[in-house]
Amino acid sequence: MVAIIDYGVGNLFSVQASFKAIGANAVVTNDINVINEADRILLPGVGAFKDAANKLRESGLDQVILNEKEKPILGICLGMQLLFDRSFEYGENEGLGIIPGDVVEIEVPNLKVPHMGWNALDIKCQSPLFKYIKSGDCVYFVHSFHAVNCSENVLATVEYGADITAAVQKGNVFGCQFHPEKSGEAGLNILRAFCEMEVEK
Amino acid sequence: MITKRIIPCLDVRDGRVVKGVNFENVKDVNDPVELAKFYSAGGADELVFYDITASNEGRNIFTDVLKRTAENVFIPLCVGGGINTVDDFKRVLDCGADKVSVNSGALRNPDLIDAAARLYGNQCVVISADVKRVNGEFRVFAKGGREDTGREAISWLKECVDRGAGEICLNSIDTDGVKQGFDLPMLKAVTDVTNVPVIASGGAGKIEDFITLFKENPKVDAGLAASIFHFGEVDMHDLKLELYKNDIPVRL
Repeated sequence: MVAIIDYGVGNLFSVQASFKAIGANAVVTNDINVINEADRILLPGVGAFKDAANKLRESGLDQVILNEKEKPILGICLGMQLLFDRSFEYGENEGLGIIPGDVVEIEVPNLKVPHMGWNALDIKCQSPLFKYIKSGDCVYFVHSFHAVNCSENVLATVEYGADITAAVQKGNVFGCQFHPEKSGEAGLNILRAFCEMEVEK
Repeated sequence: MITKRIIPCLDVRDGRVVKGVNFENVKDVNDPVELAKFYSAGGADELVFYDITASNEGRNIFTDVLKRTAENVFIPLCVGGGINTVDDFKRVLDCGADKVSVNSGALRNPDLIDAAARLYGNQCVVISADVKRVNGEFRVFAKGGREDTGREAISWLKECVDRGAGEICLNSIDTDGVKQGFDLPMLKAVTDVTNVPVIASGGAGKIEDFITLFKENPKVDAGLAASIFHFGEVDMHDLKLELYKNDIPVRL
């Protein structure tokens, strides 16, 4: 079972539907017992960093993620950004600090922000997350901030004036800046791979 | 590199696609869910659902259609039609929509844009405008293009972006339905002064019209059309392949 963490930000309808579409059992929950029973965890997120980080801490769910060293965890979009040390969206705010790096505003000359649309992945490092996809596959992005100073943990980038961090991994924790639940077949294939990952013991 | 988006638009009334015709492989083309699945499989980058129901009952049917679509189609969904309040945003976002397009609702109450952008983010708010040339200027029309608001279009769109709209869908009434190509001068007037994604709408009749659009104005991000896709005049996959062959970045 996949526990989709509900900490009061964003809409989880499509995330849950995408797991259902690949035949995975996924529940939307903020119940720590249910999350502990799940064999993998999805951290979604849409909206502002500070608000999301606060809600995660207030609910105590940050500890569940911080203490989980075995089950695969996948952060999506803002859920990925929260994995980093800090973000500079509306001031400096602390993240979970699981993956070293900062989240800063995208600054690219002559290009529009937010970076919105389908962009082709450049896979830098093979990962179980990419079991069913390859470099060149397009996935869907909507974001104005991106992760930097995290090269050690980068799995994939996309080109948007500069290299933009698209996916990261550190141990059992994964993050996608794009929305797999909105990335057609490629996105479903990433979720499929996530659901098939072995739980490290 | 970010790719150019191709967006079919489905007008939905009482749970059915209006103007849907026949495709051999789609069992019920007037079912929005079936048509959405067909376009998604063909390579559509995004879908626009336009709610043209007037009644409350029709509205409930529409949200049900939207839910069933979001359960079956995993590409971005934009919803427009009948969006007048932030509650309307919530109603469609809760059913799986990713973006909400406002038109007459924003003209009546421009603060709707600010309020929705604050609540859901700029990327969620699409300003859709029906624009027509009147006495040598671009004029915004309301009520599905029937009513001249007297507002100059370029300044209106700039104001919308300043208020928080994250994307513009520009529909040229002058070229709409003519099938002789998109309204390039009107699009240029908009892309010259704005820095948010722009969707071109109105005038596509054939594949070449999309090639011309993206070649002539690289600042246009997406091309939207309805009947040419519904009537099978332009096949989604052929279109994307031709764009690719013409060095226009697309998702294949």
